[in-house]
Amino acid sequence: MAAVVRIPTVLRPATGGATLVSVEGSTIGDVLESLTTTYPAIRGQLLNEDGTLHRFLNVYVNDDDVRYLGGVDAPVADDDEITLLPAVAGGAH
Amino acid sequence: MARYGSVLDLIGETPVVDVSELSPSPHVKIWAKLEGRNPAGSVKDRVALSLVNAAERDGRLVPGRAGQVLLEPSSGNTGIALAMVCRLRGYHLKVVLPTNVSPERRQLLLAWGAEIIESPGSEGSNGAVRLAQRLAGEHPEWTFLYQYANPANPAAHYTTTGPEILRDVPEITHFVAGLGTSGTLMGVGRYLKENKPGVQVWAVEPPSGEMVDGLRSLEDGYIPPVFTDNDGAALLDRKVVVRPRESIEWTRRMTDVGLFVGISSGAIMAGAVKCAALVPPEETATIVSIVCDDGWKYLSTGAWSDDIDDVVERARRIIYF
Repeated sequence: MAAVVRIPTVLRPATGGATLVSVEGSTIGDVLESLTTTYPAIRGQLLNEDGTLHRFLNVYVNDDDVRYLGGVDAPVADDDEITLLPAVAGGAH
Repeated sequence: MARYGSVLDLIGETPVVDVSELSPSPHVKIWAKLEGRNPAGSVKDRVALSLVNAAERDGRLVPGRAGQVLLEPSSGNTGIALAMVCRLRGYHLKVVLPTNVSPERRQLLLAWGAEIIESPGSEGSNGAVRLAQRLAGEHPEWTFLYQYANPANPAAHYTTTGPEILRDVPEITHFVAGLGTSGTLMGVGRYLKENKPGVQVWAVEPPSGEMVDGLRSLEDGYIPPVFTDNDGAALLDRKVVVRPRESIEWTRRMTDVGLFVGISSGAIMAGAVKCAALVPPEETATIVSIVCDDGWKYLSTGAWSDDIDDVVERARRIIYF
């Protein structure tokens, strides 16, 4: 049992083209950590040097932005879907 | 008295209507504020008037002087509202508009005499912002009001939308609106938090599709200065993303309460319902959500009549926030 991370097009070069990655972890920080362990090239795109989220990256747990749920400390449960999305001006869809 | 000297006097003072029939909980009321009642048809009428009035106050625009040109990036509603205001005030408006907006939006801009400068649809609103910034640099003689960074945008909501909401629904506990320029959320959110501490402010993020797929790197991302200038991350209590299918489903559900609304308002109602579902059963709550515009501009998408799979696929290719 694990959470699933949905990788956006812009980050797929760093995951060898993978769109859905199964990841273990009980917080967003854990999940991103294990993602960067599997795909080291993605690290600089997800996190700043101090471990906070890249400002143009939005991370959602089941469609809820984790910045308002505790950031990297936001809890993750089995079968949660985590979506990484670049921040863009509203309206593109 | 329902008698007005100018169409501009019709902007604002929009009604709120009880749509609690859509609420998943009997303890949570939901009210919808109908911004489609504004004369140019959307919440952006408030913003357009505020932007132009502020520019006239600070002398960037001079009423009556010939040959004044305004430039603005817009996925539609701000452009349409500005076009109407500019028509009345005698300014020429150039709107930088992505190619993939609904055709009704283009036609409305043309109806009010705006000039359309196309930006690549694949770059979405970000592309329109970039092109407008470049053109503004090349043409310092044009007035660039730039809704994404202009304090007159959230100010319109701080001074009108917010006070109207608190006056009409004083028992409000949650405010839910869409996140585009963030003007509505920042302006109303700040007003409510200052005047009724404890109110929660929820943002609904439009779903991302083709345009986000087209980004070359995360550095192509964009956060509106209106959001950062107002410390949006601290002002918001929660942000949810609503998917295309949910947006269409809730746009259709709104007809159950007699409301024919634009697709972004369906998305916002989906967010309001998620908010309602999270209120603990022992608590009561009153949510106010924004209906940005009515459904007319989206009829060409077939949103109400066609097979939902086809509509969702079509909606992925148009900009509706």
